[in-house]
Amino acid sequence: MWQWFHRLGSPRWFYQASGKWLPWLAGITFVLLLIGLMWGLGFAPRDAKQGNSFRIIYIHVPASFLALAGYYVMAIAGAVGLIWKMKLADMVMKSAAPLGAALTFVALITGAIWGKPTWGTYWVWDARITSMLVLLFLYMGVMALQHSYTSVDAANRASAVLSLVGMVNIPIIYKSVDWWYTLHQPATIKFTEAPTMHPDMFHPLLVMIAGFYCFYALVLILNTRSEILHRERRSSWVKDIVLQNQR
Amino acid sequence: MGYGFVAILRRDLLLAFRNRGEIANPVIFFFIVVTLIPLGLTPEASRLAEIAPGILWVMALLASLLSVEGLFHSDYRDGTLEQLVISPQPLYLMVLAKILAHWLITGLPLTLLAPLLGMMLSLPTAGYLPLVLGLLMGTAVLSLLGAIGAGLTVALRKGGLLLSLIVMPLYMPVLIFGASAVQRSVDGFSVQGPLAVMGALLAFSLLIAPFATAGALRVSMHG
Repeated sequence: MWQWFHRLGSPRWFYQASGKWLPWLAGITFVLLLIGLMWGLGFAPRDAKQGNSFRIIYIHVPASFLALAGYYVMAIAGAVGLIWKMKLADMVMKSAAPLGAALTFVALITGAIWGKPTWGTYWVWDARITSMLVLLFLYMGVMALQHSYTSVDAANRASAVLSLVGMVNIPIIYKSVDWWYTLHQPATIKFTEAPTMHPDMFHPLLVMIAGFYCFYALVLILNTRSEILHRERRSSWVKDIVLQNQR
Repeated sequence: MGYGFVAILRRDLLLAFRNRGEIANPVIFFFIVVTLIPLGLTPEASRLAEIAPGILWVMALLASLLSVEGLFHSDYRDGTLEQLVISPQPLYLMVLAKILAHWLITGLPLTLLAPLLGMMLSLPTAGYLPLVLGLLMGTAVLSLLGAIGAGLTVALRKGGLLLSLIVMPLYMPVLIFGASAVQRSVDGFSVQGPLAVMGALLAFSLLIAPFATAGALRVSMHG
């Protein structure tokens, strides 16, 4: 019953298996993103108040979703690596950090671009924006720690410990930033969006969220595969692959 | 089982007592940086009073951060840390003892100095008690969380800046609740809420942080 779990521990098995999934996953991602973008940017109705500028949510919302989910992916992979000493989990954790940081950055930037026409300013010290910024700092800390160790094993275990500490702290940080915001709420800016979205606007968003999830999985697998090749570069099966490609 | 705890606590306090200059450093840092504020912003009492709660807390946070870097450093260099990690005593308790000693040496003096600096920044009278109570608990949380970062970076050659990068995001809740307790009291509201949350943060990090620090030290020793 646990065979699949033990098999996952072998980078070689994962490299070969994921090679078969990749074309499918890439195809699904491409189709979903294409449909979502065309539907959302081209065919969804204009927002009554915000006009066309609201359309950035089709990038902003999925990116913010995955920025947070990505931290949990990273921390859980780190925990698996710490507990079961699984090499593959370490590699997934290392690959998830820059990906999550990039998505957090995209969410912040798109939010700022959206904020200018909507509230007239690029940056507001709003609870959600501030929490996103803190999330970016947490990602950066894990990445900086990962890069500062020379030993690969120590780097993995140290950043796994840090990402677990961060995961425990994320709800606390979010709650406290929320509390801080309600205390200092500026009167000029109302962050209440339309509470219910029109289905014509909502359906493309769902497609985009699904597309971003697939995109995340795709990039994570690609990053992990290159990490596998790099770490296992001395093993014979990697040499065989390289020789095959050169022929 | 408590033997390791008591022995480490005594040793660290004794070492600190023999190097009294080092104890004074974070306190002097706190003092000097707070002195910079009126020079850079304004000497006007009403405006200073407005920003005093936040300034005092941010500066206490920085002072604590700077001092936590050295928590395991000398022990790592002379091999004591290795002996602690391989000793049969529970590492959790020994780490807790080191953190407690660190708090007694830095956090407590900062807390006791804070009212004086509050007075210099013309903090309204209502703010003193929540400032001291908040710092009493908050500096302990800062020491506990900082120890995790110190444990993770102790084996690195240039750990100092990295330590602040790692630990700062974790410090944010402490800053928020600490500063708002003082602010609320100055504004005439009840401070029970933020102080209770600060107590909860202390209880929680007391439980988790020595555990994570022990794990971090094991990584640093074997890495």
